[in-house]
Order: sequence, then C-alpha cells, then structure tokens
Amino acid sequence: MNQITPIRSGQVGRSIPRLEATSKVTGRVEYVHTMRLPRMLTAKLVRSTVASGRIKSIDIEAASKVPGVYRIVTSEDIVKIIPHPYYGPAFHDQPILAIDKVHYVGEPVAAVLASDPHVAEEAARLVVVDYEELPAVFDEVEAQKSKVVVHEQLKPAGTFPDLKHLHGVRDTNVALDFQLKRGDSGKAFAEADHVFEHTFKTQQVLHVPLEPYVSIAETNGTSMTIHTASQSPSFVRLEIARLLGWPENRVRVRVPFLGGGFGGKLYIKLEALVAALSLIVLRPVKISLTMEEQFYTLTKHASTFRIKSAVNKDGKVTARECEVWWNGGAYADIGPRITQKSGFTAPGPYDIDNIKIDSYALYTNLPPAGALRGFGIPQLVWAYESHTDLIARALGMDPVEFRRENILRDGRPQATGTIVKDMGAEACLERAAQLINWTAPFDRGKGTIKRGRGIAVGFKASISPTTSVAVVNVAADGSATLFCGTVDMGQGSDTAMAQLVAEVLNIPAELVHVVHSDTDITPYDMATLGSRSTFHMGLAVKRAAEDAKAKLEAMAKEVGLPPGSNVPIRELFERKYKMQAGTVVGTGDYIPPYVPPDHSNGQSDNVTPFWMVGATAVEIEIDTETGHMRIERMINVADVGRAINPQIVETQLSGAAIMQLGFTTTEKMEFEAGQVTNASFADYKIPGIQDLPDSMTSVVVDANQHNGPFGAKGVGESGTFGVSPAIANAVEDAIGVRITSLPITPEKIYRAIRAAQNEPLED
Amino acid sequence: MGPMKKTISFQLNGRPVTVDVAPHHTLVELLQNEFDLFGARESCAQGLCGCCTAVVNGEAVSGCLYLASFVDGATVETVEGLSDGAKLDPVQEAFIEAGAFQCGFCTPGFILMTKQLLDAHPAPDDDQIRHYLAGNLCRCAAYPEIVKAVKLAASKRQKVAA
Repeated sequence: MNQITPIRSGQVGRSIPRLEATSKVTGRVEYVHTMRLPRMLTAKLVRSTVASGRIKSIDIEAASKVPGVYRIVTSEDIVKIIPHPYYGPAFHDQPILAIDKVHYVGEPVAAVLASDPHVAEEAARLVVVDYEELPAVFDEVEAQKSKVVVHEQLKPAGTFPDLKHLHGVRDTNVALDFQLKRGDSGKAFAEADHVFEHTFKTQQVLHVPLEPYVSIAETNGTSMTIHTASQSPSFVRLEIARLLGWPENRVRVRVPFLGGGFGGKLYIKLEALVAALSLIVLRPVKISLTMEEQFYTLTKHASTFRIKSAVNKDGKVTARECEVWWNGGAYADIGPRITQKSGFTAPGPYDIDNIKIDSYALYTNLPPAGALRGFGIPQLVWAYESHTDLIARALGMDPVEFRRENILRDGRPQATGTIVKDMGAEACLERAAQLINWTAPFDRGKGTIKRGRGIAVGFKASISPTTSVAVVNVAADGSATLFCGTVDMGQGSDTAMAQLVAEVLNIPAELVHVVHSDTDITPYDMATLGSRSTFHMGLAVKRAAEDAKAKLEAMAKEVGLPPGSNVPIRELFERKYKMQAGTVVGTGDYIPPYVPPDHSNGQSDNVTPFWMVGATAVEIEIDTETGHMRIERMINVADVGRAINPQIVETQLSGAAIMQLGFTTTEKMEFEAGQVTNASFADYKIPGIQDLPDSMTSVVVDANQHNGPFGAKGVGESGTFGVSPAIANAVEDAIGVRITSLPITPEKIYRAIRAAQNEPLED
Repeated sequence: MGPMKKTISFQLNGRPVTVDVAPHHTLVELLQNEFDLFGARESCAQGLCGCCTAVVNGEAVSGCLYLASFVDGATVETVEGLSDGAKLDPVQEAFIEAGAFQCGFCTPGFILMTKQLLDAHPAPDDDQIRHYLAGNLCRCAAYPEIVKAVKLAASKRQKVAA
C-alpha cells in the first residue's frame, strides 16, 4: 500500500515542478482546442466588413447549397430561443449575433454549421450581407464629444458589486466617467515652483494566446454542458443561465487547461453563441477561432493620458492632475472596471497631497477592448513613469533620487485615501537600482552607438470585492483532493494551490490532486484575473484545508487519541470506519473587506485588500544611424509577498516582462477605416527567442503580505508594470529624445533623432 | 472512401500505418482526426509559431501547412513518440526540471526542435539555441527557462552517451 508519510511543513516556498508537467511535455494535456464530441458540428462565423452600419439583408442562398452545410443561423433564429440576447460583465451591450446594426469590423453576423470545418468555412464565405454604412468614430478622445454615437442607449448589467453604480444613459460614448479628488490641486498648482504637463499614448494590442478562443456546447434541451477555454467559468454559468432563463444548476461549465489566457478569455467570449447554436440544432457545437479571428474578438485598450504635476523647488510633487481616455471599442466588456480600478492609481506610487483624476471609458467602432495582463495599469505606468523621468531631468535631479523623494511609503494615504500597507514600491525601486548598479559609472557608448539606462516602478490595487470558495476532501488513505475554480492557464495555480493545502495538512504537495473547474463540482470563484487567485482563492483554499484539518483532529479525539498525537491520517479513518473508508470534507470561502470609492470624490478607507508592485531597470544601446535598439540588460523586481513557488514566480515575472517588451517595441494593431490590416503573426510581431534582452534578471523583494495566505499575494501582472517607461527613459538617457507613444520602433527612434537635429524625415 | 481520397502508408512513431486522406487535409488534421494525436496543434496556421511541429523523414515541418498526402512512404515522428509513458526523453525531463513552459501549448514544438538542435549540435551555444528555436513562439515567454532547458538536455544526453 502506498504510504503517505506526514511531513512537518515547508510546502510553501518549495520550487516543485508543475503538477501537470509530464502531461504538458508529452503533448497529452487536455485543452478544449483538442477536444471533440460525437455528432459535433463546427460553426464558422460570418463577420461584419464595415465599422458601423445597418444590416439591410443577409443572403444565405448560395451558402446553403454547399454540400454538407447543416444550418445557417442569424440573430433572427437566436431571438426565438433567447428573446434578449445581449451579454457583458459591465453592460448588457453585446448581442450573440449582430441585431439590425454592426458596430465594428469583424463583429459576428451569422454562423454556418457543418460537420466538416472546411465546408463551414467555405460556405461562410458565400454568405452575402448588405449594409447601409453609417458614420464611425475610432479615436478615444474624439469619441468623448463626437456626434457619432456607437450605442444609442447604454444598459448596465448590475452583476458585480463594484459596478453597481453604472448608469443607463443615452446619446453618449462615455460608458463610465470616474472622478477622484483629494486635497486642493488648483491651489497647489497656483503656488507651485514648477508645473509640468505631458500627454502619452498607447496603441491597441492584443493577447493572442497560442490556443485561440474555443468553446463547445452540448445540450439535451433542458440542461447544458459548456466545455470552454475560459478564465471565468462561474461567470459563464451565471450569464448563460440568465440568458436562457434557467436555474444556474442546469448549466455546467467545464474548463480543462488553457493554452494561455492573459485576460482575454474572461467573462463571455464564444460561450453564449455556442450555447444558442447547440440549443437550435440540439447537437454539440464547437467554435474554434483562427489566429486571425482573435484580432476581431478582444484587445487591450488604446489610451491617451494627459498628466500634469506641480513640483516645489526641493523636488517634491505637491499636486497631480490626470485625465485618461480609454478606447473601449464597440462593446464595454470590462472596460468600466479598468477605467475605475486602474484609474484611481493614475498618479502612481507617489505621496502626493493634492490629486485630481478623470478617467473615461469610451465606446468607439473598433474591436472591443478588455483586460490584458494588468487591467490598464501598464498604460498608466507608461505615462506616469515617463512623466516622472521628464520632471527629474528638467529639475536636474537623479531619476532614482527624485522618485525616492516622492515615493509612497507604508502608513501614508494613496490617492483614494486608503492607507497603504505592505506596498513595496520603495523596496522594489531600491532593489532594481542596486541590481543595475545605478550609482556606478556608466559607459555611454561611442561613435554612432549610444548607451543609456532607465528605471520605472508601478503599482496596482487588487480588484475588490470578489469571492472565492474552495473544498478540500481528505480520503481514507490520507491523500487530499482540492476542488477550486481557479483556472490554470499557465500561471501554475494548480501547483500553488496544492502547496497551500499540503502546507496545512503536512503532506507533500505532489500528493494533492486539484480538480479543475467544473461548475457541477467546483464551488464558485469570481474569475481567474487581476493576479487575484493566489490571494483570494489562496485564502479560501487555506481555510478549506484548515477546516478539514480541524475535522481530522475531531476524528482523532473521537477515536480516543490524545491531543497532538502523530497518528497517520490513514489510521484515523481505519479506527473510525473499520476499513479504508470515509471522507473528510473541508470548506472555506473568502471575500475581502471593501469600501467603495465615494462617487463624488473617489475616496475610500479600504479600496483594496493588497497592492502589487513591479519595477524594471534596463540598459540599452541605440544605433543612431538606424534607430535600432538593443536591450543589453533587463532587471525586473516585484513585491509578491512571500513566493509560494519561487521558480514559477520567477517565470511569471520574466514572462510578463517579455510580453510587455512586445507591447513596447513591436506590437501594434494597424487599422484602416476600422479594419485591422495586420491580423496575423506574419504582420503582427510578438516576441520570439531572438528578441530576449542579452541578460535578464527577475527577482522578488523580501516581503510578507500580512493578510495573505502564508504571506503571499498575486504575481501574474507585476512584471509588466515598469517595462515600457523604463525603456523610454533609457532611450532619452542614451540619445536625448523622448518617445511619448508606444510602440518604440526603430523608425520612431530614428524619426525622433532626425527631428531633434532639425532634419525631420518626410512622412 | 470518397473519390477524392487517396490511400497512403507511412511509419508513425515507429509503427507502420495505412490510412485514407483527403487532398486538402494537413498533417495536423491527419494526426488528430485519424490517430488521436494532439501534441501537434494548429495555432497561427501560417507556419510561424511552431505549435504544429512534427518530424518527417528526420526534418521538422510545420504540420499546419504540410499536406497529409505528402507523408506517403515517409517516417513521421510526433511528441507522443518520444516516451512510452514509463520513461521520458532527456529533453522532456530537462524541460520539466528547468520549468521551461507555462501553459504548455507550444511545448511539444519546442521539444521536437530542441531534439533537432541537439542532433546537429550536441553542445550548442546561445546563438545556436536562439537560431534553432527562432521559429517557435511562446506567448507565455518562458524563453529564459527554455534556453536553460536546452543546455540541461545537452548535458543529460552527453551523460547518456558517455
């Protein structure tokens, strides 16, 4: 018999390989991408070719004649089974298939079903949709005042507690206008020794997980199972049940492993459509997007950030005003949460008494934007850390010293008024500066090759308030099974959660089995997003394991063992049930305390249960004859509390930083009249192994999150925060020019060099 | 068998197989539809990401672009052929020990290309590693760990050979 020997502890802090490592290296791990069901049909989508238009007609005649086509579905068929087929986490604005109007190029208009995907694809090309084109708006700043209105009426969803305040309004593109006021910024600006104002822009980019969006639905007409590559199975169940008017327990959502997510596979993507299609045909239906179609599904907000600071003669920032426009595209998705939750950190991790923030979520006629590894934070850090560097340079101060002078320390209020605790901005800044030898003499290059270095630090509040629930079963042989809805999309959550259970129960983490999201079995979890799982689900898991442990201790007492006896769990069960039988079930849940920001001034005593911090420092060289940049060294430092699995944490940090390096240097969705023109890996360049910095170091600072599970907190996004501004700051350090919009391409650098020489290149 | 189909025979992971293929089907579709082998996966569909890598007659190919009928008479190896379930290939072991993946979707392609690299260069330097793996993309960006894994695999293979 397999002996499970009790061990003392030390499961948290071990760099064990991922529990599923063997199935990943053998190619046998389960993804929805590779899943198929008997009698399954594949749906291929007909997508809008105009950015804004009224649908005059949909001609399916030629497509229906393609041999093998099973059915062609439009919104007319959808409304027969779902009378109000609109979904979304913030607004119920997105139709399952376009109804009367289309709002962006690529919006799904019709679905063609066939057993053979090639047949469905060919037939989809033969569907002819006639549009009356309407005026469109694309720019986020223009959208605020434009007469062109993307949606005539806005319908708030009212699902999440932090978005209860959204209003149903008409004739505006502003989905949310978040305002924060602290102190008296007007007075501080009037009295300032120096005033600095800059505007920074970020471009529209996207997640492109290598497993593209994919969902399968199967139904007998009265209950339904959805197998989906989703980061939020509980939300999918809630939303599908709402759309169908069914109780939640008739919708089962199953999620195996994800081939990447990064915030894209959140809320609802294809699930409502496959659910509707499977109900219409009463056969399993799969939709598996192509790489190109991902460009029409969800993106990261382009943004414009106007930032203005008042600074006194000693280099202390006395006031900051931030105005941020978020380009949400045609459907709000989770943009309003980004606008608010990220918006309130727009002044950066600095101790500033007088603050004014306006953060606007805008609708435009572009593909929808949502969460992407940072929930808006990288866009903000890009602006405030570029701005911070510009101020330091203008004042003749060392950029690290200027930051040190102004950094927000524990015990001081953040812009919302919440007193920060365990927010390691200073520690991360100092460690990054130390690792890059900031105070040592620096070789500035020679001839046409110039060298420079830059540093940046950013922070984020965890999204609050959100709920996680977990169950831990202990079997009669002492092995444990964890039921938790956290989705492992590569971040290693299965392994980290198993380590938490193992730490509590004093068993090796390798012996904990983690049951993947299946809403028939795993309890509610808000979603796998925003670096929330380690903290929120981690606490629920820890409580569930502690509950199981308490029940085991009660069982020991019941069978007559003295307190503190070290009898193996297996023997406890044998003594009680007279054989290897029985189960101990432990449960736990967690929702953090939270005070919503006041709607008039954005103030809150407790806006988040924890803060995450990331700092980056780089050394670069630039060829001034070509604008080509090489990153010689990159240092990433984060405050993750206590690392549960140091090896996985390091990979998360460097992976996030390299992803952000793509958003900083090469990635940009190009548009013409709302049509994305580079929707493939041939034209949209993500980082490959050749794009790595010559040397890369990713470390955590020594930290303990006082309210986290064993001192831990989130890590998935922190590595992205500082990358873009650190590079822009290094560019200025090297060649004296400032890039204010992403991405920082060789062409942009070279143009800036020529412009600085008064010899600008022609467009 | 439809009129368009063609019967082909080839060696798949060391075993002879015979199957009917449609002319427009790719190697990935053949492996998935006829043999339930899912280690080669289509992602970018342009031969740029390496997720669909399979080895035909000893050369790595992009299975999303390589037509199924072209493997008639060939030897085909996939990631599933590297281990019998009991013992992993040294390259697979190295990827686990170095933590060289996150979501795992691209991993079979990286492992097969690493084997190709080590067959040609048993002790590769950084430039050779980057050159051989330039056609494989990892959106989780576990590249630093992948470089470590390749070096670890090289030393494991040399130990086996010694």
